Amino acid sequence: MRGVTRHFGERTALRELSVRVEAGTTLAVLGRNGAGKSTLLRILATLLRPHAGDTAVFGEPLPRRAFAVRSKVGLLAHEPLLYRDLSGRENLIYHARLRRIELARVEELLAAVGMQRRADDPVRLLSRGMVQRLAVCRAVLHAPELLLLDEPRANLDPAAAQLVEPLIGRASGRTRVITSHDPQAAVSEADLVLGLKDGHQEFLMRPVELKQDAINALYA
Amino acid sequence: MKTAIAILRKDLLLELRALETVPAMVLFSLVAFVIFHFALDRATLNGQLAAGVLTATLLLASMLAINRLFVAEREQGGFDAFLLAPVDRTALLLAKAAALYVYLVVLEVIAMPAFAVLLRPPSLGASLPGLVAVLALANLALSIVGTLVSAIAVQTRARDLIGPVIGLPLLIPALIGTARAIGPLLNSHASGAPPAKWLLILALYDVVFALLAYAVFDFLLED
Amino acid sequence: MTTYAKGLKGLSLATIVTITVALALVFFYAPLDADQGFIQKIFYIHVPLAIVSLCGFILGGIFGIAHLRTGDRRYDMRSYVAIHMALIFGVGGLITGSIWAKASWGHWWVWNEPTLVSFLIVLLLFATYQPLRFSIEDPERQARYASVFAIVAGAFVPLNFIAVRLAQQFVHPRVLTLTGGNLPGPMRLTFLVSLAGAALLYATLWKYEMAAKDARMQLRRLRRSLVGEDAVAPLRRSAAPS
Repeated sequence: MRGVTRHFGERTALRELSVRVEAGTTLAVLGRNGAGKSTLLRILATLLRPHAGDTAVFGEPLPRRAFAVRSKVGLLAHEPLLYRDLSGRENLIYHARLRRIELARVEELLAAVGMQRRADDPVRLLSRGMVQRLAVCRAVLHAPELLLLDEPRANLDPAAAQLVEPLIGRASGRTRVITSHDPQAAVSEADLVLGLKDGHQEFLMRPVELKQDAINALYA
Repeated sequence: MKTAIAILRKDLLLELRALETVPAMVLFSLVAFVIFHFALDRATLNGQLAAGVLTATLLLASMLAINRLFVAEREQGGFDAFLLAPVDRTALLLAKAAALYVYLVVLEVIAMPAFAVLLRPPSLGASLPGLVAVLALANLALSIVGTLVSAIAVQTRARDLIGPVIGLPLLIPALIGTARAIGPLLNSHASGAPPAKWLLILALYDVVFALLAYAVFDFLLED
Repeated sequence: MTTYAKGLKGLSLATIVTITVALALVFFYAPLDADQGFIQKIFYIHVPLAIVSLCGFILGGIFGIAHLRTGDRRYDMRSYVAIHMALIFGVGGLITGSIWAKASWGHWWVWNEPTLVSFLIVLLLFATYQPLRFSIEDPERQARYASVFAIVAGAFVPLNFIAVRLAQQFVHPRVLTLTGGNLPGPMRLTFLVSLAGAALLYATLWKYEMAAKDARMQLRRLRRSLVGEDAVAPLRRSAAPS
């Protein structure tokens, strides 16, 4: 991304953002609420168009090549994007059909996150942690090369976090952009850290170079 | 196309599961028939009057469905889920319009007998094929315009109010066509064939709005 | 001077002149109608207002198409002003139409005058334009949805007229057909001048409003760049494009 800017009415959510992420590496995005983290993810997910600047994912420029990018990107957002009256399995089957994925993959993922037993209960009856696990399944259903994770470990107990780790963690080998409210955790698994404040790019550096003061300044 | 079917299946499944829209439409129609009976105070309804009551009731009942059509998408992140997928955006239009069509057909299957029993228009049975033909076209109009208006309304703050307020004027030509086509069918000495002129107008309306909806729908979804 | 203000003076002058001439013709030149008397003259105001209003709605739809195709928000502004003005002209047309109906047929409203009825339906539709805009907060989305509405509603205008006309059995002779009418000479001249006057009035008012809005926006932009983002209070939620 180079010089990317995005407004919402008169408010500027992102201003002149420039960052480059190598394939297979992890970028951690830190910042307060409203700093622009979700906006950044949504632009990369092709849900929002940048108002200025150049954006490209795996070489495909956005928004022109948004269609091609969509199959390569998986978004785990604040909302699980699941229908509450359908069961976990039905939700995932819908997404699989939407993206022309084999239905066997749904079973595979349900097993991987330990949700087979509760997969037929309507989502509104499940606990937050279970819903989050289902959301992870949804996000990685099509085996995307780029994972956009908005606070992935929210609502997950350590056991559940272990289960989703191979899917969305470092071990998955995917390119990842993570936002988190836990700077320590985010920094520990990142190759690059981006600090945002009020849409402004405060710093972009490797974890080893990062000082605690810089992080604190973001939340000041 | 396959995408649209996937979405349609999901929507029908949801409706079956939650059972909100169609029962409400049916109940509304039945109550409307009762209200009309008392408001008009006649033993039987004839010809154009019967057609008017039927058409108006269908129109207003469809507003209930239109108000709910995209609500799940809006509130449970369905829009995002759809927009993230590498699919043609118009599939959503197709699927939702098809769902609305299905709801209307179910409504009509239940409401027509009720209409025959409660308001007693003559020769309903004899003109059934003609009626079905007219309603097939009318449902199409309601589905297309309804989906378009619903998609517009769901993003606004005054969701339930804006939908009918925009949709009803837009649907007036379809209303005219439907009522005028059905009128002669419900007369005492009906021939059973709806006047071709009105069928043509309904068809024209359907085509124009289908093209319009197809052209503008993408713009409603993008950001 | 902004682009909209250019030529405004000349246009205003032309408008005033044309309207004055039209009024003079209406009162002094056009013959008195045998059946309806003096009140028939309101026809010269009613029909031009109605025609210009409908053209305005369609113009709004065209600007809407331009906006969606180019993404240029100025087209949205033009669309908004076109529709806004057309609505005002339309209400004027409806009221004068009602007066004419009363004079001609004795009722304030008649259902068998298809143009009047179609007109009412169109006005009901476009009356929802501003509430629609007002209820969408994000300005970008507001502009986009308004353009979609303008396009659909603009396309609806001819469709509606066809449907309503076919639905009526008209008893009253049509004064104006699509081919320009069976008006006798002096009446035709008066009518055409009145039509020109109404059209010029529309154009002038459109330009005025565009110029005013444009200036306001530029002012805000200047203030923002001089004083800083936060010093300029955000616009209240509004129906007008920004």
